[in-house]
Amino acid sequence: MTDSFEPTIIGFTCNWCSYRAADLAGTARIKYPPNVRLIRLMCSGRLDPTFVFKALANGADGVIITGCHPGECHYIEQNYKALRRFHLMKRTLQGLGLEPGRVKLIWASAAEGAKFASEITAFVEEIRALGPLHWGKNGSAPSPTVEAVQEKVEVPA
Amino acid sequence: MTENNQEKIGVYVCHCGTNIAGVVNVQEVAEWAASKLKHRGVVIAREYKFMCSSLGQELIEKDIKELGLNRVVVAACSPHLHEKTFRTACANAGLNPFLCEMVSIREQVSWVHTDKVAATAKAKAMIAGGVERVRYNSPLEPLMVPINPATLVVGGGIAGIQSALEIADAGHHVYMVEREPSIGGHMAQFDKTFPTLDCAACILTPKMVSVGSHPNITLLTWSEVEKVEGYVGNFTVTVRKKARKINEELCTGCGICQEKCPKKVIDNVYEAGLGYRKAIYTPFPQAVPNRPVMDVENCTYYEKGTCKACEKFCPTNAIDFDQQDEILNFEVGNIVLATGYDLFDARRVTNYGYGRLPNVFTSLEVERLTNAAGPTTGNIVLRDGKTVPKAVGIIHCVGSRDRNFNNYCSVICCMQSLKFAHLVHERTGATVYNFYIDMRTAFKDYDEFYQRVLEEGTLFVRGKVAEVSDVPRTEREKGKLIIQVEDTLVGKQRRIPVDMVILSTGLEPRKDAKEVAKLFGISCSVNGWFIEKHPKLDPIATMTEGIYIAGCAQGPKDIPNSVAQGAAASARVLGKIEQKQIALEPIRASVIEEKCSGCRICNGLCPFNAITFHEDRMVTEINPALCQGCGTCVAACPAGAITGTGFSNDQIMAQIEGLLMLNVDQELAVA
Repeated sequence: MTDSFEPTIIGFTCNWCSYRAADLAGTARIKYPPNVRLIRLMCSGRLDPTFVFKALANGADGVIITGCHPGECHYIEQNYKALRRFHLMKRTLQGLGLEPGRVKLIWASAAEGAKFASEITAFVEEIRALGPLHWGKNGSAPSPTVEAVQEKVEVPA
Repeated sequence: MTENNQEKIGVYVCHCGTNIAGVVNVQEVAEWAASKLKHRGVVIAREYKFMCSSLGQELIEKDIKELGLNRVVVAACSPHLHEKTFRTACANAGLNPFLCEMVSIREQVSWVHTDKVAATAKAKAMIAGGVERVRYNSPLEPLMVPINPATLVVGGGIAGIQSALEIADAGHHVYMVEREPSIGGHMAQFDKTFPTLDCAACILTPKMVSVGSHPNITLLTWSEVEKVEGYVGNFTVTVRKKARKINEELCTGCGICQEKCPKKVIDNVYEAGLGYRKAIYTPFPQAVPNRPVMDVENCTYYEKGTCKACEKFCPTNAIDFDQQDEILNFEVGNIVLATGYDLFDARRVTNYGYGRLPNVFTSLEVERLTNAAGPTTGNIVLRDGKTVPKAVGIIHCVGSRDRNFNNYCSVICCMQSLKFAHLVHERTGATVYNFYIDMRTAFKDYDEFYQRVLEEGTLFVRGKVAEVSDVPRTEREKGKLIIQVEDTLVGKQRRIPVDMVILSTGLEPRKDAKEVAKLFGISCSVNGWFIEKHPKLDPIATMTEGIYIAGCAQGPKDIPNSVAQGAAASARVLGKIEQKQIALEPIRASVIEEKCSGCRICNGLCPFNAITFHEDRMVTEINPALCQGCGTCVAACPAGAITGTGFSNDQIMAQIEGLLMLNVDQELAVA
């Protein structure tokens, strides 16, 4: 939309791979944009689709879900269940009028700090291109404009 | 608890020196939390230079006691680093440790962002998320499980041997599983060891014999681990003991079968392709156990249906052509992985000509050439088996520190090359050239060895070799191998004719390291080595409790370091065994029976078989001893009848709200 739009993104990370990839990105001081706020789950299989709906309804412009690479799940195969749910959830969200690009699932192992950072960077740009979501809280009024939020939070453009 | 607003939450923001405070305005964050999150139950918010220091912890403990805090949020580093520290601090002050929540504003904020204002805003949002989440944390008790005192050691190289002996000597049972017919690993193939030039066999074989005869060690060679189930303290291991075609009880290791076997096979494993073995063989004379293995692929009997020379001559009737693989199951409490390394395949560096030019050798081949028990009885000769080289070039960093192959340094090659330089010089009197990028002779007595080799007259050329060629340009080069190299100290291209080239090949992760990692539930680094829990402070443990790593499986290292790591791994295992029982994270799923409609959606989701369905009551039950806490069933239950402790729906929903509080509803945050 505008150049000044800073999207807010919620990320769900697996404790064993991508949360540690985020740790590794930190230790290695790899920079990525500050738009993503992470939630640690024990496994991507823990992701209840309602978490994603909740995040979007509460003002997130996008949601990224990260899990272990296929075949490397700490719990043997639960990331496949996450994948299965992800596709279903995406269809539901599209039915609600959401652009399919607003939710994304990526795989990142504990060793892939650099990959994690670059995936986040790419996703922030993708969401920035899509513009704000404007899903108001409780489905009522749209969320305050980006400018208003930034003013209050003191985030510069 | 959350409904009557009785929370008294303390928020603690760590500076981590300047690690956090250099980017995040910690003072502003703490003040913001104290005022704007007051109505969410925050009664105190402090910032401190190092929260993890004892003074920082005392600060929290004091507030819990004096202000009656019943929830704590620490905004500092990753919970993987200090969650235990702060949970312990809470427990010391009488607060259930699970009512403490960590927010990672170092790894996820200050270290990865540069915009100070945006970073501070993100830190605030994350703390709001932590505060909202902690409101729904419930006090939990860790699950105590007994620890099986037996240990599995995978890999019988020097690291595994050391580890097994330490544990066995302490009086606990060890199962050692080795893929090859004998233990000993790569070290058994070496002739001398740097920098002392001890004979490798002389120092290794006593240890091998100890393993073989130790009353506390069950040695399973020619065996591989097929399956590992369970968790720390209670692993069930399935091992395939491959058929040796020998009755080990009857066999005395006399060696007559090997003598009589008419079939000669090139030994690509122990002799690195330079020597022969029989179709029934023990890899080397000092093998432990001293029991032969039949090579079914090359045995004449399996090929043609006749021969059986070994059976005819065996004095104890130990040959058993019908023997089948055996599947063994046993239980252990801890596992040490010491699976070692593979040698870099020198054929991949085509310009060095290995495999094409006969007198180009790999380091392992030279180990066998120099070994008195090797194919040339210790004579360093060319591929023809008789010519003694007059000039030898040793090329360092083959496959290492090279972006075309492996970026990392293989650690051992500099010292190994110096060792070869010394041995070649000593035994043949040849002129020896070393071609190096950098000399890396760290550790005790290593540089002294380098000085010694320098004094012996070995020549050193600093530069990466471009090519090894057998095409002469001058008379002098005829019949020689020519090493084309840029001498970076002189700033000139040089062509150096030699008779023999030794490639100091680097170390690589085992080809199946990824599969092995998967089998044991650990992970590999980008380069393929097993990942340790912490690169500096815990290079022995892995992310999976009860699984330890030692030796080159964790990364390239020399013998002293492999031994040290093997011993360290056993110290950790012994520590666990002595605890007798272990506290597991109480992250478990459980079913609220009243809410369960018996739809059975969750039933097929559990890979650990923790979910059972009671037909009579039409409800599902989760066995907490089998549940691993992934939460997949919690997410699947359409009735919300499954709760997951530590990561409940309430906790996560609240965290989402908190994280987004700043964007959507500013008013919410106004006191």
